[in-house]
Amino acid sequence: MTVAHNTQGDGVDRHETMFAESPLHPQAPLQASEEPYAADVLEQLEADAAAIVARYPQKRSALLPMLHLVQSVDGYITGRGVHFCAEQLELTTAEVSGVATFYTQYKRHPNGDYSVGVCTNTLCAIMGGDQIFDELSDHLGVGHDETTEDGKITLERLECNAACDFAPVMMVNWEFFDNQTPESSKQVVDRLRAGEQVAPTRGASRVCTFKHVSRVLAGFPDGLADEGVGAGEASLRGTLLAREQGWTAPADGRTPPATDTEATPQAQGGGVERGGYGSVNAPGNEPDDLPETKEDGQ
Amino acid sequence: MSTQLTPILTKFWDHPQSWTLATYEDNEGYQALRQALDTPAADLVQAAKDSGLRGRGGAGFPTGMKWGFLPPPDGGPRYLVVNADESEPGTCKDIPLLMAAPHFLVEGMVITSYAIGCNHAFIYLRGEVVHVYRRLMRAVEEAYAAGYLGKNIMGSGFDLDITVHAGAGAYICGEETALLDSLEGRRGQPRLKPPFPAVAGLYARPTVVNNVESIASIPPIVLHGAEWFSDMGTEKSTGFGIFSLSGHVNRPGQYEAPLGITLRELIDMAGGMRNGNRLKFWTPGGSSTPLFTDAHLDVPLDFESVAKEGSMLGTRALQIFDETTSVVHAVSRWTDFYAHESCGKCTPCREGTYWLKQIMKRLEDGKGLPGDIEKLDDICDNILGRAFCALGDGATSPITSAIQYFREEFEAGMHTPWFELFPPERSTLFAKETLPA
Repeated sequence: MTVAHNTQGDGVDRHETMFAESPLHPQAPLQASEEPYAADVLEQLEADAAAIVARYPQKRSALLPMLHLVQSVDGYITGRGVHFCAEQLELTTAEVSGVATFYTQYKRHPNGDYSVGVCTNTLCAIMGGDQIFDELSDHLGVGHDETTEDGKITLERLECNAACDFAPVMMVNWEFFDNQTPESSKQVVDRLRAGEQVAPTRGASRVCTFKHVSRVLAGFPDGLADEGVGAGEASLRGTLLAREQGWTAPADGRTPPATDTEATPQAQGGGVERGGYGSVNAPGNEPDDLPETKEDGQ
Repeated sequence: MSTQLTPILTKFWDHPQSWTLATYEDNEGYQALRQALDTPAADLVQAAKDSGLRGRGGAGFPTGMKWGFLPPPDGGPRYLVVNADESEPGTCKDIPLLMAAPHFLVEGMVITSYAIGCNHAFIYLRGEVVHVYRRLMRAVEEAYAAGYLGKNIMGSGFDLDITVHAGAGAYICGEETALLDSLEGRRGQPRLKPPFPAVAGLYARPTVVNNVESIASIPPIVLHGAEWFSDMGTEKSTGFGIFSLSGHVNRPGQYEAPLGITLRELIDMAGGMRNGNRLKFWTPGGSSTPLFTDAHLDVPLDFESVAKEGSMLGTRALQIFDETTSVVHAVSRWTDFYAHESCGKCTPCREGTYWLKQIMKRLEDGKGLPGDIEKLDDICDNILGRAFCALGDGATSPITSAIQYFREEFEAGMHTPWFELFPPERSTLFAKETLPA
């Protein structure tokens, strides 16, 4: 970084005071792994890539989900993953790298099994996110975008994750852990490192691995959509207050149409079972552990 | 009579399986679609215009008018893209809506697509919310299975496919043209406008980009009528919206109310300020909207009234900060955010946010230099209106408004660190745990 020192002309070098703090999100170079994929892995990747490309009118649109797919296999964006995307989508590797380095969810070095992100944008930071991040960082012995030696946890500072009414918020592999304290967040990482199953506040019944979640983000459902709550406590406060007070939206003065909730002919002709797990897996998707029955997943 | 809440989109969020098609159908779900498919498309566009619905994603542009900007059909594809990249600091309405009741959006998309002549629609969801992505994919799958999506929807001859797309972490992709570039598999950088997306959007085809809550409001409008909607709210800011309260109130959360409700009413519904503390400053619509103070408690939260007081209604993201909070620290952190998220395309924003960050940092540390406050104002003046998109403008809002209302705190930044003036442990949610009573 080239910075003109001493722009005030008063003989004081401010370089140290201005840059003593490390930047919020330090950049790291892409670590290129060029080791080729095993034949069976490559075959699966090609099948998945074809399924992703089929979702879009133009195939370049498949690039973001395909980079999530690369992370589901490699745990980060590898050189071979960049080459794979470039070949599949007829792009240059420079075009793929340019995209991969633009978005913060694409990791430039091997990620831990669990990305633990603490929101340190203003509101969460003030509500305790800064203290949580600092204590977690001390507890784990790693800083922002660093991974514990056992390869389990990558700690991150996050920007706003759209859960401000649950501040301070922590995300583990992009699942919500609401209303955290330094103690609760340390318990979560300790349990994850011990190999225990940990349930988010709002989300699936347990946090899945980084690679598993990356596959979901590539657009391959894992059958866990019906797990967890519909809304957390804060989300419901207006709904419940209105009910308690007897407040409703105004009536429209129209006659309500006859209720018709029969399945349409299309649905009757071999559609999915509503609310069941059997229907949610796209071809080619093999989630690592589906619940056996619907009840198990509740 | 004081304002009451109007639960519509939030009505059944507490149902144990609120997100399923079955629950949605038990709550008027897909009845509007049946009605819409029997209505000429032009009448639906007119109904959206008549309702007065204005975009719920921040800018407040009339939704029906946006649909009406599409050029006449030329035989080629036209697209609907839903902006579910909710990332504005403080904004937290679309994500809970999609988690709890995703079918509002799906039904709204089918109706909108029919109205604008689109056969392939997209949802661009931010990638950092995996369970919401699961729920959306599941809702779309259920809708296909029920015949609400796919070929010849409900025997109408209308076809629609929906692709649910996950982004990968970039605030800028909430800007509609950056979102389109991202959806095309590129770096998310805004495009120069015109041409607007209505003329050359996704794959350079006519495209409507709408916010989640805007499209989710379409089924109730179609079912109950434009007049029912426009009877709520104010004359120019019609209808209802989800107000998101966060921070130092006793019961932060989502409160669905007619536009024009006041913060005083909302804080009262939210159980008052934490510990009875005094309200110090707040954002009416996210961090990109100029700050308000306790002098603005009775400003009606509609587009016109908020603008008249010098801010913007934005996304109704009401971040509430009490007297324990350092405004310099708060603004400095937002400035870090804008510097981090600036996409780098336009020089005033890329360079300006970088230097704003350095100056805010030294003011935070009590090491401000003479002239720093004027320099902040000057840099903001050089960013405002000089970039392709509104990110740079947003970066200046908290700074210029904070200087306007709290200049003395910036002056204190010349000699005293923020944490000495405002010990941070007093502001946290768990303050009671760490402080003796």
